[in-house]
Amino acid sequence: MGRFVARRLLYALPVLLATTFLIHALVFVLPGDPIQGLAGDRQVPPAVLAELHRRYHLDDPLAVQYAKYLGGLLTGDLGRTFTGEPVADVLAGRWQVTVRLGLTAWFLETALGIALGVLAGLRRGGWADRIVLAGTTLAIAVPVYIVGYLAQLILGVRLGWFPVSGDQDGWPAAYVLPGLVLASFGVGYVARLTRSSLLENLRADYVRTAEAKGLSRRRVVVLHTLRNSLVPVVTFLGVELGSLMAGAVVTEYIFNLPGIGQQVFQSIQLREGPTVVGITTVLVLVFCLANLVVDVLYGVLDPRIRHD
Amino acid sequence: MTTMPHHRSVRTAALLAALVLLAVPACTRAGEGDDSPVPQVPGGAFSVGLTEPDHLTPGRTTSSYALQVLQGLFDTPVALDPGDGHVIPQAATSVQSPDQRVWTLRFRPGATFHNGEPVTAQSFADAWDAAAYGPNGWEANSYFAQIDGYAALNPADGRRPATDRLSGLRVLDPTTLQVTLAAPFSQFPMLLAFPAFAPLPRAAFTDPDGYDRHPVGNGPFAMDGDWQHNQRIDLVRAASYTGTRPATADAVHFRIFTSKDTAFTELRAGHLDFMSTVPAARAYEAKRTFGKRYSVRPSGTMDYLGLPLWDHRYANPDVRRAISMAIDRGGITRAIYNEVHIPADSVVAAMIPGHRAGACGETCGYQPVKARELLDRAGGFSGPMELYFANSDPTYEQWMTAVANELRQNLGIRDVTFRKMAAADLGPILNSRKTTGPYRQNWVIDYPSMQNYLAGLYNHDNRMGWRNPRFDELLAKGDAALTRQQSTAYYQQAEDIALAELPLIPLWNWQDQSVWSSRVGNIVTDPYVAGLHLDRVTVRH
Repeated sequence: MGRFVARRLLYALPVLLATTFLIHALVFVLPGDPIQGLAGDRQVPPAVLAELHRRYHLDDPLAVQYAKYLGGLLTGDLGRTFTGEPVADVLAGRWQVTVRLGLTAWFLETALGIALGVLAGLRRGGWADRIVLAGTTLAIAVPVYIVGYLAQLILGVRLGWFPVSGDQDGWPAAYVLPGLVLASFGVGYVARLTRSSLLENLRADYVRTAEAKGLSRRRVVVLHTLRNSLVPVVTFLGVELGSLMAGAVVTEYIFNLPGIGQQVFQSIQLREGPTVVGITTVLVLVFCLANLVVDVLYGVLDPRIRHD
Repeated sequence: MTTMPHHRSVRTAALLAALVLLAVPACTRAGEGDDSPVPQVPGGAFSVGLTEPDHLTPGRTTSSYALQVLQGLFDTPVALDPGDGHVIPQAATSVQSPDQRVWTLRFRPGATFHNGEPVTAQSFADAWDAAAYGPNGWEANSYFAQIDGYAALNPADGRRPATDRLSGLRVLDPTTLQVTLAAPFSQFPMLLAFPAFAPLPRAAFTDPDGYDRHPVGNGPFAMDGDWQHNQRIDLVRAASYTGTRPATADAVHFRIFTSKDTAFTELRAGHLDFMSTVPAARAYEAKRTFGKRYSVRPSGTMDYLGLPLWDHRYANPDVRRAISMAIDRGGITRAIYNEVHIPADSVVAAMIPGHRAGACGETCGYQPVKARELLDRAGGFSGPMELYFANSDPTYEQWMTAVANELRQNLGIRDVTFRKMAAADLGPILNSRKTTGPYRQNWVIDYPSMQNYLAGLYNHDNRMGWRNPRFDELLAKGDAALTRQQSTAYYQQAEDIALAELPLIPLWNWQDQSVWSSRVGNIVTDPYVAGLHLDRVTVRH
């Protein structure tokens, strides 16, 4: 197991290098001048332009820019934003918000998704099953920003149950609504995955054996079937933890949560290379780690899977 | 995955979707509260919706969001009247010049910064020097270009200047500053209302980054704690303030939003007191919901189409006029901007002194038949027409589509294509004059003078490649004229030339929509630099 983890960590290194280089190239190789873009119709005096270009290494060739960035990265320097703030400081001030939002959404997704999936699977063809199917179709079909604005209008303005936006009310009040919105797509997916996987396993031979042994229905479902049915769900939920962090871009924008997603949104608009690359690096890292945890969890859930 | 939705489930889903959609109109309820007038009593706190500014050091920013905060923190030498934009004294008691070139500014004695440091003529000179010094890379650098010695601080080749002081500034005594300009410029006092001309205390130079987070100013409000990036900026009434516009309210809380739609929703929920950037798409909703607490005012922003005159196909003014007359400005502003934007009938907006309604004449009207005749007489248009615009706002593509269709239909130009790109990419193409077709840009005024449009849009570095010696001469005469009437007369003649030659096609002027809660009163907004006059707002408390 230890060697497995070490090998997987080593694999993450080239992934990290490749993604940062790709993003770097995408952001920096684009034609045009972000400084001039910021100034709009007004032409930037040459002396000012020269100084700003020097400050953000905009005149260097891509390879040199990337080398400088990597050099900085090794010493913990993620570069500076166009307003002069170190990117590391920006991240330090924001990651809690995104992690809080991501985890809230993830737990809601896990709890609601599995519960609904089990309910639908056990009552196959019944009313509960149909309602779950309809609800999850809707959740998967409607884009997240529409769900977001509707939730704000109905639950925030009209009913006043939740704050409309911002994080001044702290966790959980300020995070439940954006968490639900962020989780809406995933809940639908997890519920359907759990349902179909459960149905498949309920027909398996070992279940029949367990039932023949005279075990209670409850024991058969919870201990024997559900545990095996969760393997595909766990795969999805693991990858989902990373996607939730990235999906936070839209949700944080709508709910005005000062997290990493909101920063990415602004930085892309302003073409702030260092900020975008810095944040992406961190997100890729989170993604790699989440995948590793998933792979380790397989073994725990299904003894047939072994890591050597 | 083996699950497929049953037919009945699909019907249930449709039913659910319909239910949700039905619930939406029920949510458009008017903002509740007391609609009686707000009593004119000092005290109380109010909140303002804002977009994250870039900097809060006056010379380092030209962002309208930053200017809104600086309106409370700093007193500039003069202010502009919110009604008609005329110059009124603020930190200075007088701004005078015998020849429009050497100006004498006298400042109010005894004024202090919020930290107790006295405000002197030197505080102004230091701030201006810092902004004008090219290597500092401050955003408002070009506002100082008229002052003598600016060129020495901004060498064209980007080398380091030999000095860091503007030779045109002389501190005569602690309350008197003499400013020498490179050439006569009658509109100079208006420029002094721009926040970059505010004084800076010594702290701004010893710890620039710290100062940007916690600017110490000389205005009616002071910072209450540091600027919390992307979250909030809190101001509190400055106890030390002795100037012309003491604050009525005790405190202002700026709440920073990434999405203007979210800010608007917060205001409807009653959690925010004022916002001035209601999206045009929500015009009818805002009008219906807020009634008397909704206002729409012209802003100093104009959309236009610039033309590449170096391309021979656009060299004939008649072709340019034909393009202008083929565009239905009224139809576009109605369909896309909910009538919030106003079709342009001159270069300058209606609230600029010297504006003449209809100065553009039928050139800016919708005349599809005449347009076709004009183009045919000028020899027609050959080859593809490429339209350039930035992707920074989705409405640009919407109205560009309308423009393209009108050009096809009314002028018979078959091949109209789009060159849509990031603003950061469009700028350099325009600056290097590599455009091969009309491009969309906008002009945002710095001060309410015709001169600002004329010099800003048609200067020698203009992106259309247009030059006219008579225009230059009239502009210089207007800059040197001794009275406002004389200046305006020259500027109007220059505007006539620009409209007759039409190197750029004025399209429409933007308007700002403001809404506010029933908790606040005496809402005065202006289209110049100040935005909401924070000092005048009264609060029900």
